[in-house]
Amino acid sequence: MGLFGSFFAKFSRNKATPEDIDEFRRVLIESDIGAEFTEEIIKLVEKERAEVLEEKVTEKILGSLSQSARSIELKPAGVTTILVVGVNGTGKTTSVAKMAKLFKGEGKKVLLAAADTFRAAAVEQLSTWGERIGTPVVVGKPNGDPASVAFDAATKATSEHFDILIIDTAGRLHTKNNLMEELTKVRRVVEKVTPIDEVLFVLDGTTGQNGVTQAKSFMEAVTLTGLIVTKLDGSTKGGIALATERTLQVPVKLIGTGEGEGDLEIFEPSAYVADLLTQP
Amino acid sequence: MFESLSEKFSSAFATLRGRGRISESDIDSVAEEIRLALLDGDVALSVVEQFVARIKERSIQALPEIRKSTNQSQEIYSIVNSELVEILGGPARRIRFAKNPPTIIMLAGLQGSGKTTLAGKLALFLKEQGNTPLLVAADLQRPNAVTQLTLLAQSIGVPIHAPEPGNGSGNPVSVAKSGIEIAKSKLFNVVIVDTAGRLGIDEELMRQASEIKSAVSPDEVLFVVDAMIGQDAVRTAKAFEEGVGFDAVVLTKLDGDAKGGAALSIAETTKKPILFASAGEKLTDFDYFYPDRMASRILGLGDIATLAEQAKRAIDGDAAKRLEEKFVAGEEFTLEDFLEQIQAMKKMGSMSKILGLLPGANSAAMRKQIDALDDDELIRTQAIVQSMTPTERKNPKILNGSRRSRIAKGSGRTVSEVNNLVDRFSAASKMMKQMRGGNFSGGMGLPPAMAAGMPSLGSPVNKVPPKKKSRSGNPAKRAIEEGR
Repeated sequence: MGLFGSFFAKFSRNKATPEDIDEFRRVLIESDIGAEFTEEIIKLVEKERAEVLEEKVTEKILGSLSQSARSIELKPAGVTTILVVGVNGTGKTTSVAKMAKLFKGEGKKVLLAAADTFRAAAVEQLSTWGERIGTPVVVGKPNGDPASVAFDAATKATSEHFDILIIDTAGRLHTKNNLMEELTKVRRVVEKVTPIDEVLFVLDGTTGQNGVTQAKSFMEAVTLTGLIVTKLDGSTKGGIALATERTLQVPVKLIGTGEGEGDLEIFEPSAYVADLLTQP
Repeated sequence: MFESLSEKFSSAFATLRGRGRISESDIDSVAEEIRLALLDGDVALSVVEQFVARIKERSIQALPEIRKSTNQSQEIYSIVNSELVEILGGPARRIRFAKNPPTIIMLAGLQGSGKTTLAGKLALFLKEQGNTPLLVAADLQRPNAVTQLTLLAQSIGVPIHAPEPGNGSGNPVSVAKSGIEIAKSKLFNVVIVDTAGRLGIDEELMRQASEIKSAVSPDEVLFVVDAMIGQDAVRTAKAFEEGVGFDAVVLTKLDGDAKGGAALSIAETTKKPILFASAGEKLTDFDYFYPDRMASRILGLGDIATLAEQAKRAIDGDAAKRLEEKFVAGEEFTLEDFLEQIQAMKKMGSMSKILGLLPGANSAAMRKQIDALDDDELIRTQAIVQSMTPTERKNPKILNGSRRSRIAKGSGRTVSEVNNLVDRFSAASKMMKQMRGGNFSGGMGLPPAMAAGMPSLGSPVNKVPPKKKSRSGNPAKRAIEEGR
């Protein structure tokens, strides 16, 4: 019966009752995977026989996801550069710190760049993390040009042979054109020194349908290669992660599952879907 | 914020508008559209269902009345509108000040909802109204939350009580307590306590918040919510209500395009009023929450009330009076007046934000135009006018070629930009004359500076490649420069 047993076991007869379907719809809607996709899945539920339902629904959801690799590939030689972007308050700086810790644990030489020069004390926040983890942090002047901090960091990373450079950027609402342009500039300037290998979009797991819109705008500005979904340790189901991945076909690579430095995991779609479909 | 929601509502109503006579099935189909629109807008499912059911019931009940009306869709519109206002909290509520100061306001909410920034905004808002607020940094959890609040406090010139450096050490309860003591002895009339962000299920932090709450017995506990939150909003709000308890809600990040359905969900399920709305990174982007205005925005009716209020706040009373007198007396409208208007408009906020408040601003076509607006245009226009001599400003007719080239050099713009401005200005003052003559027939009734100061709306004329801007070292100032 598998992980979804608790839910699908209810459909004991050949067909789910309208009440069952309503209940299923509620679970899906409340997970934030989106009304449209929910209706697609409901159509499937209405059509399929009970004994294959679990399999078909899982197949449908997993099939809608990105087929790209979910790991962060490190280059065999030279510095692997990761740019971290997102709207305000999603947990970018914390995710950067967690990633640094992860790579450092693998014996890599990691450099951090605090290119969030806007929010009061953001630079200090990353510097504090850097001290805790034991990684150097390149900082700029408060309200300085974020692109220049990123440039300095890229230069340092290449000349001092770091394995990984992670650039933290200021949170910005995707509706602010000038700020999105600033991000494009960061990317352009860094790439004068070294290519950017990953652009990771940090998505707050509690976000609603606006998450997709956000990711689309960032996709246009800096071409995303992966998503980091944060705050999944709360009561949220984080269905917006699926909705975003499905729409953009950009894979969720990492998920933040707690406040500790080590609470960052590789995303496992099948386990996630199973969890999503399990009744709360 | 509710852009897409209002767009969907608009299209749902557009189909109605085409009908001669509304039937029950028309109402059903509009209700279905509204249901989907609200779900897409992250309104909680249970709230959506109740809301849609009420709309249907009221519309069907009122059907005989509606049919008599000359504008049937308008009737349904107003039913939806009044239901929205009701859910969003009826008449706007104000902050409750304590009988014996200090009034204690405690902020609580999820991580990243914007509590610390909000603490700064609220302090500035209260200070501008003549209060003497004290900020208390009791978020000792997030790295450098204390530093962030300290910097904010400095930039708005509000005292702060931050005895602990934070970053995981120190006791927030005693910080909050000593903050209140200081406020009492130094006669601050409002205390704003910033607390650590938490996840709904984090019992430890939840307990900390309720400990702070019982230690300082706040007059208002404000639950801070990110407008972008999804279906989890209801669960989170309920968890906070049970674990900590709150009196009112503050919505943040309303300047994004999130549909903000959380506003509806939280208001409906907790029955707590939404007190403030925070939209923008500027510390002044903050105001009371107006349910009726929000409902109008959802329905795509624009937010004229806010626009008018912002204008009133920005334009200094004497200047407005002087201008009015000049206007009535039939005096010439000069570039000096124009400059004053530009400065007033700059105080109102970014052009795109102002225009976003107008009715119809949420349609896709209009949005595109607004997005294309260049807020720096005002700054450039101002630079050009400021490079003129007082005599030139009073009498632009004397602006010959050599004067124009001097002005261009002085303002760092091109001669053709100067020409363009002078042309637009003379067109605007002609318009003023016509208005005085009573010939003014239509348009949006924008003040001349508005009409003349934004050539980029709709016309790609005079598009100058953006120059590298210098940045101000002052965060507040920089935010203004960048139109954040």
